[in-house]
Amino acid sequence: MPAINQSRQNVIRLIIGISFLILIIRLLFLQLASSKYDLLAIDNAVSKKVIFPERGIVFDRKGKSILENTQTYDLMILPTQLMGLDTQGVCAILKIELPEFKDRLLSAIIKNGRYRPSIFEASLSTETFVQLQENIYRFEPGFFLQERPIRSYPYKAAAHVLGYVGEVDSSILKRTNFFYQIGDYMGLSGLERFYEPILMGQRGVRYQVKDNKNRIVGPYEQGRFDSIAIAGRNLRTYMDIDLQVLAERLLKNKLGAIVAIEPKTGGILALASGPTYDPNQLTGNQRRNNFSWLLRDTSRPLFNRAIKGQYPPGSTIKPIQALVALDEGVITPNFGLNCRGAYLGCRRPISCEEKFAGHAANLRLALTHSCNSYFSHIYRLTIDNPNERTTVNGYLRWKRYMNSFGLGVKLGVDLPSEDRGYIPDTSFYNRIYNKSWSSCTNVFLGIGQGEMQATPLQMANLMSIIANKGYYYIPHFVKSIDDPRESDTILNRYKIKHNVTNIPDTFYNIVQMAMQEVVESGTARGARIEGIAMSGKTGTAENYGIIYGKREKLANHSWFVCFAPRENPKIAVAVVVENAGFGATWAGPMASLMVEKYLKDTLSQARWKEVERIESKEIILPIVKAKRRALDSLRLQRLRNKQLRKQAFVPLSPFDEKNHERIILAFHLNALKPDHEEQFI
Amino acid sequence: MKNSSFDISKGVDWSLVLVYVILVVTGIASIFATTYRDENIVNGFLSLTTDYSRQTLYFLISAVLAVFILLTDSKFYTATANIFYVFGIILLILVFPFHTDVKGTKSIIRFSSFQLQPAELCKIFVNLALAKYLSSTDIALSKLKTMFIAASLVLIPAILTIMQSETGLALVYFSFFLVIYREGLPSAFLSIGFSLAVLVVLTLLIDQDILAVGLTLLAGFVVFFFKRQISRRKSLIFVVFAIWAFSVGVQRFAVPYFFNHVLKPYQVQRIYSTVGKDFQVDTKTISEEDLKKIEEKKKAGNYNVKQSKIAIGSGGFFGKGLLKGTQTRYDFVPEQRTDFIFCTIGEGFGFMGSLLLLGLYLFMIFRVIRIAERQRSSFSRCYAYGVASVLFFHVFINIGMTIGIVPVIGIPLPFMSYGGTAQITFTVLLFILIRLDADRQMILR
Repeated sequence: MPAINQSRQNVIRLIIGISFLILIIRLLFLQLASSKYDLLAIDNAVSKKVIFPERGIVFDRKGKSILENTQTYDLMILPTQLMGLDTQGVCAILKIELPEFKDRLLSAIIKNGRYRPSIFEASLSTETFVQLQENIYRFEPGFFLQERPIRSYPYKAAAHVLGYVGEVDSSILKRTNFFYQIGDYMGLSGLERFYEPILMGQRGVRYQVKDNKNRIVGPYEQGRFDSIAIAGRNLRTYMDIDLQVLAERLLKNKLGAIVAIEPKTGGILALASGPTYDPNQLTGNQRRNNFSWLLRDTSRPLFNRAIKGQYPPGSTIKPIQALVALDEGVITPNFGLNCRGAYLGCRRPISCEEKFAGHAANLRLALTHSCNSYFSHIYRLTIDNPNERTTVNGYLRWKRYMNSFGLGVKLGVDLPSEDRGYIPDTSFYNRIYNKSWSSCTNVFLGIGQGEMQATPLQMANLMSIIANKGYYYIPHFVKSIDDPRESDTILNRYKIKHNVTNIPDTFYNIVQMAMQEVVESGTARGARIEGIAMSGKTGTAENYGIIYGKREKLANHSWFVCFAPRENPKIAVAVVVENAGFGATWAGPMASLMVEKYLKDTLSQARWKEVERIESKEIILPIVKAKRRALDSLRLQRLRNKQLRKQAFVPLSPFDEKNHERIILAFHLNALKPDHEEQFI
Repeated sequence: MKNSSFDISKGVDWSLVLVYVILVVTGIASIFATTYRDENIVNGFLSLTTDYSRQTLYFLISAVLAVFILLTDSKFYTATANIFYVFGIILLILVFPFHTDVKGTKSIIRFSSFQLQPAELCKIFVNLALAKYLSSTDIALSKLKTMFIAASLVLIPAILTIMQSETGLALVYFSFFLVIYREGLPSAFLSIGFSLAVLVVLTLLIDQDILAVGLTLLAGFVVFFFKRQISRRKSLIFVVFAIWAFSVGVQRFAVPYFFNHVLKPYQVQRIYSTVGKDFQVDTKTISEEDLKKIEEKKKAGNYNVKQSKIAIGSGGFFGKGLLKGTQTRYDFVPEQRTDFIFCTIGEGFGFMGSLLLLGLYLFMIFRVIRIAERQRSSFSRCYAYGVASVLFFHVFINIGMTIGIVPVIGIPLPFMSYGGTAQITFTVLLFILIRLDADRQMILR
């Protein structure tokens, strides 16, 4: 019989051979033909951990650090290691209740799984941290403390300038082409945002091998692909933090802005927006909560009025109107107007604050007394300049002057989202007046009213230009970056001198003298400083708001712009206080305090009294306060509800204690269940 | 030759022994690579708590057994084959009252820290008994009675094993079909078996109705092309019709019935996931518990195969090197040291390593067949074919499932997978063959 079936051995060999061939072909496809599995394997087993360097520090002009880093601690939880730990002890220290504990544990498990640590409480307060540190041995390894650097603002000032950092969101991720990753922090506003590439330093990457439960087991390839983190570089600014603090004190309880610039360099000495907030509020664990309240506040504390607030400049525009008229040759310094309290050249009379004869007998006097009639008239002369033939050409020429003075254009300050203000184009008037308009139509532009709008930063820059007699540097904060590199082009544009127009110095001298007169004997006598020759100009800007759907005239904005000393200008200031009336009432004294503080480096006792007086005065429209009150009562109600819930919670009885243990145990039994139980056919 | 100048090494096929040792050592190294966790290696090997040290111990025990087998007389096996078979069946039955539940299987008897799995061990006894029966002079495999007895010898332990929830191990018994085929089972069985397998796979891959239409068309073509032969012999048309009816019956009724009522839902899901499909469960007939189980299995089964494919696929051409596999080192592949041990080779040594390993197995199997054919005694030949079949089945199914071309069936890779019973079983299986081969000049009855 064996002989009969001898040939069958080959059939069997064939079957076996073909089967092995199938295996080999499949292996060929799996291992050689596709790199998909390589990537999947790396995805499976290698985690890329980004190491964040310390962010750079920001210093003021005297070398004081105004934005630095401090350590806080997060309490981390490792759900699988909770078994048999004194979780109640943790609850007692954190002052939380069992349901809260359960909630947090659950969300930690949902977020990161049982095998990876999650944040249980972020940025512990000092008190809690100390208590936990003493007792942490009792709670390990289920709980542990982890260091986390956060930003801190030692002067609690310059919130709008310095900005804040925050977690990146999906839109940023997309915009930066996934340079950042979810969970990363980056500068979201202010200098933090503008100088992000410099402050953030260079991120390091650490590749680590993880196991099937996503636990880190060790470095990947002995750290061959790792790169170390390089700390962010420091910024040296022009800011004077004491001046900044003073500016913020002056703006307390008011809406408005103060900008102080060093005219010779364009360096910003102080830039404050009122109301402001403590920037430390936006670090640490209450960040989200605080942010949402700041965002909803009707007085808009997050809004940087110094670069984004757009106000009609009012009479503060008059010095440059004079310069333009002189430069165009439509007037001479001796040109006078017989004003009796109103300008009657156009259909509607424009009233003037002064009535006595001869208050506008020449340019100097007209500027000193801020004569509306005079400046309405010379505006019209400029627009209707016979050399330009048409109104449109005259207006365009005037607009070009304004733009070169930095009005109606973005200056390019080193803060994000600056606004441009507004100088209307001819098309604007063509559209509204169906192309039939004259210098009378927009005569209000001559006295800084009408459609014209400017930001406080632009007005301060305007003062720099007049102080410098015709040139400026783009206002900016950062003087230098530590460890400069070839690739730092970010500061280059602040080193370029911008010449405005070729207005001769003599005209500037006239205007400067007139402005000094304003402070010495004109509208701004209250801003006079003993021993300092200051040139300034008040402004009282009419403005309208929409209240409950109705356009209403609101109280005037109080403006004051100035520079000092006149001979050798060291500081140019622009102050605006919303709805505060005459320029001389609030803005003037505030600017004068700023100038004195900066030039004399100190204030006398009497002057500090003045600071306190201004500080304590509240100037906020009733409507803003009413809306804020409504919001606050909502907040109060929530706090009260929270309090009630706390009281309703009965302390743990012995039974509950057992229950507590049981809940922990239940979590554990779940945790210990193998994820992939195997059973084969 | 009796005891006169007894030499243990006389007639021993050393190439088989060499391949055996290489495979076992590779197995221990692979287990070491997957379970070693930076502990002291010497302690690790001496402590007997680590998997690789235990596997080494099993190897030593196996080696001692191997020496004992080589010292026995070949006639011992022919004489005791039937007794062993009965002993094996008794052992299998004893499992039912004395088993310990481990991971859902009911096939293990536990002695302190060591476990015995009779279903595994029984392969040897079945092989011996089958060889004994097929080598008897008074049988002819063309007779129905002979076929029935031979099949029963194999099927009785298979059924007992299925009853212990070890379907995978039971399937191994079907590999003895090759032995029976070699000894003269009519060739028609092979063709029918093959056709049936193709039909079942097609049933899985193609929609029921489309397949039925396809089969009908096929039958139509056959009738059309062979109409001359059919007109000559009218009975042929009935044959075609019968085959068509049988095929459609299988794909429309038998396979669905088998899947829905005989196999457990999760097993069906396993089979379906191999062809990349989901099992459409008839939610009315299935209990909620089963439904949950099937979902779990779907996830776990897919997970295993996916991870195992990732591990092997990421090995590339030369692999990542021993102890450097990121997938096999950190437990991404479940059951790595037992059924999925091949992943370690695939990831660590890449395509070259896998090819080498497959080459070793193929060499071993072909060598066994060669040995089979040189036997004078048909008992030895049958036994050798049994060894070759069992090895082939294990290797093909095991590696096939790790690379996703065979449903996940939990059977070990011979000589390499972690586990004492399997290690000892395969060693004994192989060394009895070597012993029989050493006496190949003898006619054993």
